[in-house]
Amino acid sequence: MKEKLILIGNGMAGMRTLEELLKLEPEMYDITVFGAEPYPNYNRILLSPVLAGEKTIDDIILNSREWYAENNIELHTGSVVCEIDRVKHSVKTEAGDEFKYDRLLIATGSNPFIIPVPGHDLDGVIGFRDIADVDTMIQSSKDHKKAIVIGGGLLGLEAANGLMIQGMDVTVVHLLENLMERQLDAPASDLLKTSLIEKGLNFLMEVQTAEIVGDQRVEKVKFADGSELDADLVVMAVGIRPNIELAKKAGLYCERGLVVSDTMQTFDPRIYAVGECVQHRGNTYGLVAPLFEQAKVCANHLATLGYGRYEGSVTSTKLKVTGIDLFSAGNFKGDEDTEDIVFQDPKAGIYKHLVLRDNKLEGAVLYGDTVDGAWFFQLMREATDITDIRQQLLFGQAHLGNSGHGGQNVAMAMSDDAQVCDCNGITKGEIVVAITSKGLFTLDDVKAHTKAAASCGSCAGLVEQLLESTLGGNYTTPECKPVCKCTDFTHDQVRAAIRDHKLTSMKMVFDYMEWRNSDGCHVCRPALNYYLISSWPEEAVDDPQSRFINERAHGNIQKDGTFSVIPRIWGGKTTPDELRAIADAADKFDAGEVHITGGQRINLLGIKKEELPEIWDFLSERGLISGHAYGKALRTVKTCVGSTWCRFGTQDSTQMGIDLEKLSWGSWMPHKFKMAVSGCPRNCAEATIKDFGVVAIESGWELHIGGNGGVKVRATDMLCRVRTAEEVEEYAAAFIQVYREEAHYLERTAPWLGRIGLSYVKERILDDEVGRKALHKRFLVSQKIAQNDPWKARAKGEYAHEFTPLKSLGV
Amino acid sequence: MNAVVSESNDWLEIGKIEDIPKLGSRVVKRAEGDIAIFRNSDNEVFALLNRCPHKGGPLSEGIVYGKTVTCPMHNWCLGLNNGEAVAPDEGCAPTYPIKIEGEKVFLSLQQQNDCEAETE
Repeated sequence: MKEKLILIGNGMAGMRTLEELLKLEPEMYDITVFGAEPYPNYNRILLSPVLAGEKTIDDIILNSREWYAENNIELHTGSVVCEIDRVKHSVKTEAGDEFKYDRLLIATGSNPFIIPVPGHDLDGVIGFRDIADVDTMIQSSKDHKKAIVIGGGLLGLEAANGLMIQGMDVTVVHLLENLMERQLDAPASDLLKTSLIEKGLNFLMEVQTAEIVGDQRVEKVKFADGSELDADLVVMAVGIRPNIELAKKAGLYCERGLVVSDTMQTFDPRIYAVGECVQHRGNTYGLVAPLFEQAKVCANHLATLGYGRYEGSVTSTKLKVTGIDLFSAGNFKGDEDTEDIVFQDPKAGIYKHLVLRDNKLEGAVLYGDTVDGAWFFQLMREATDITDIRQQLLFGQAHLGNSGHGGQNVAMAMSDDAQVCDCNGITKGEIVVAITSKGLFTLDDVKAHTKAAASCGSCAGLVEQLLESTLGGNYTTPECKPVCKCTDFTHDQVRAAIRDHKLTSMKMVFDYMEWRNSDGCHVCRPALNYYLISSWPEEAVDDPQSRFINERAHGNIQKDGTFSVIPRIWGGKTTPDELRAIADAADKFDAGEVHITGGQRINLLGIKKEELPEIWDFLSERGLISGHAYGKALRTVKTCVGSTWCRFGTQDSTQMGIDLEKLSWGSWMPHKFKMAVSGCPRNCAEATIKDFGVVAIESGWELHIGGNGGVKVRATDMLCRVRTAEEVEEYAAAFIQVYREEAHYLERTAPWLGRIGLSYVKERILDDEVGRKALHKRFLVSQKIAQNDPWKARAKGEYAHEFTPLKSLGV
Repeated sequence: MNAVVSESNDWLEIGKIEDIPKLGSRVVKRAEGDIAIFRNSDNEVFALLNRCPHKGGPLSEGIVYGKTVTCPMHNWCLGLNNGEAVAPDEGCAPTYPIKIEGEKVFLSLQQQNDCEAETE
C-alpha cells in the first residue's frame, strides 16, 4: 500500500516539488492535488505578457491535464480545501469531501493585499494575481477608458504597462518618492519613471489613497491630500500577503508566513510547505527562483533521502516591460561598511551601481545596460573575492581579459531573427518561443531544448539574458551546480570526498555518494575517472569505458568517423628523419590531408580506426610517440628558436620548451593544457595566451599563467620572475599540479583562475615554498605512472578489441 | 558469408559476450551500414545501426550507461532497447534482435523497431 501525499495548491511551487519528487521516486506515493483555480498549473510569472497581449493562456500552461493523468496524479481543480484535521490526517474540501493523507504539502501561495479603504469592495477594484484578474482587466479595457494602478512596484508597473497596451489611460499612484523602491535606488528609479512617462503612463507620486468612490462600480479615487481622479478600473498592487489562513486554522505555527525549517517542514513534521506562503529564517519570497530551490529540497525529504537543506536565497529582479532594461539584486542600498562603484550617464539612460563589502559584491542596480546582470549575480551568490578585477568590474565580464569571439551581447536590442548561437544557428525568436511554450527556467533547459549555448558556450550569457527578459527575475540559476543529473553534489564536494575518504574507484564514489544511476552517465563518468586518477595516481585504475572516444582511441574523431594522428614534436624542434617518417606514414596509410597545426606539429587526417595501431607501430619504430592532441592533457610546448640563432634571443627557449615538454607530457588534466616559451620579450611564441607561458629575459625567466585563445581570448597574468631553469620546471610543475588537483573537470586554466583569483595561486606557489615543493613532488609521482606512450602499448596489441570489428559480414 | 547459422537462418553468431567490453561496444561490419553491438553493466546486449539519427555519428564510440548510449559527436542520448532519442531530442536509430546462448551472441538482421533510418 503506497503512502498518500496530498498537495494543497496547484501552483508553481507545489507542482515543481511534485516534479522533483517524481524524478527521484516516481512510485512512492499516491498523489492528490487540490487547486482553487479552474486551471491546471500555469506559469504565473507570464501573466504580465498575457495582459499585454503578447501571449495567451494556453501558451503559459505548464502541466496539462494529460500530464497529471500520465503521472497518476489525481487533480481536483476549482476545489478549495477548507480544513486540515491533523489528528485524523485528513483534509476537507468546501464541497464536503474528505481525503486522508500520510504526508501533506501546503503550497497555498499568496493573496494580493487589498488596502481596506472605503469602497475597496466595489466592482472594478481588483488585485493582480491570477487568470481571473487578467480576464477582468482585459474585459474592462474593452468597455472602459480610465484605469488607476495603486502601487508603483514591480507588479503594479507591469499591470499598468499591460493596461496601457490594451488601450486604457493609466495612472500609477505610489505612496513613496521612488518607483520600485525595494529594487531600485533613487537615480535608477528616476530613469525608469522618465522612460515610462515617455511610453505614455501617468504618475502620481507620494499620495495616499483615502477612498474609492462609486455606486455599484468604481467611479473615482480620492486621496488623502483632498485631490481626486476619475477611474473605471482600480488595480491594487501594493504587495502580497502569504496565504496562511488554512494553516493557521489547523493550528500550524505561523508568523508573517507559515514557518518552515531548512527541510521545508512545518511544526507538524508530517506537513511540508513551499512557496510564497512560507516563512523561512524570517524571510518570505515572492519570486520563482527561491521557490524552485525550496521545491528541490522539499522533494528530497519527501523522497526520504534526507540530505537536502534550504538555506535561503539571494534574489534578483528584472522588470518585464518591453523596452525597459533594469536589473537589481542583493543589498543595493548598502550601509556605512559598504563601498560603492557608480557609473552614471543620464543622457544615454545608463546607470550602474555596485555595492561592495570586504571586496565582495553584495548588491547591484543596473539601468539601461543589464548585460552583466547575470554575471554580477553569480559573483554575489558565489561570494567571489573581486580584489583582482576591481578596476574592470563595473565594465563587465567582456572587459576582463581581452576579447574573443564577439557575436551579439545585448539581447533586448536584437531582432527575433538575429542569431544567438553561432555554432548551431539558433535565433533569438526560437529561444524565446521555447522558453515560453515549453516552460523552460534554466540555462540547462534551454540548452537541452534548443541546443543554443550547448556547443562552445560563448552565447551562454546572452541566453541567460533572454531567460531574464522573458521570465523577469524568475529564471533560475542553481545555487550550486551539481556534477550531473545523477547527483546533487558539486564538483568540489565530489573531489573533496574522493580525497578525504580515499575513494579509489568509481564504484566507491557511486556507493559513498549515493549516485542515482548505478552506471553514472556520459557527463559524470569522464569527470570521476579524471578525479580518481589525478587524486590517487598510484591506486586508481583508469577506466577506458569512462573516457570520451578521443582519449579511449588516442586520436581525434573527425566528422566522418576517421581519426587524426599527431605525433609529438618536442618543443617544436624536429629533424629530417622525423619528417621523413611522418611523410612515409602519410603515404603508407593514405592520409586524406596533412596539416601543420597551430602548436608546431603535423596532423595526419583521415586515418581509419582499424589502421591506428599499425600507423602508431610505424611511427613508434621511428622514435615518435603520441602527441596527446586528442586529450584533456598536456598538448604542446610552442617555442621560438631563441638565443641559439636569434640575434635578439636572451635564453635558449627551444631547450627550455623541450625540457618542459619532457617534464609534463602524458599528464592528464581537467582540460587541455598548452605551454609556450619565448626567447625574449618580443614573445614570438605567443606565450602570453597559454595556460603556462615562459618569456626569457636577460636575467632569467618570466612566468605567466592562465591565458588562452579560443572562444574568449584571455591574456596571461604574470606570476613571477625566476633565475634558473630548475626553478622554471619546479614552478611549472607546481602550477600544473594545483590546477590538476583543484580545477573542475572541463575547466580551463583561464576560467579557473577567474574563479579562484590570481592571489590564491600566488599564495600557493610563491608564498609557500614547502607547499610548492610538495606540489612539484606530487606531480612527479603522478608522471611516473602517466608517462607511458599509449601508442606504443596499443601498437604492441593492448586493447586490440578497441580497433577491430567484432565481425565482418561479407565486406 | 562466413556467418555460423544456428536454429533458423536468421540468427548470425557474431562472437562471445566477453568480446564486448562491459559498458562498451564493438561493431559488426556490413555493406548496408555497420551495426553497433553494446553490452551494459547487467550483461545485456543490444544492437543498433551504428549511425546517430542526428548527424550520423558512430554510436559505437559513445559512452554507455544503464540502457542508454550517448553519441560522441553532439551528445544525443539514445535508448539501447528501443533506439529512441531521449527527450527533448527527437529521432531514432534502427534496432536489431540479439539472442544469447551461453557465451555466444547471435544477431538477426531483421530490423526490430519501426524506425526509418535517415539516409544522408
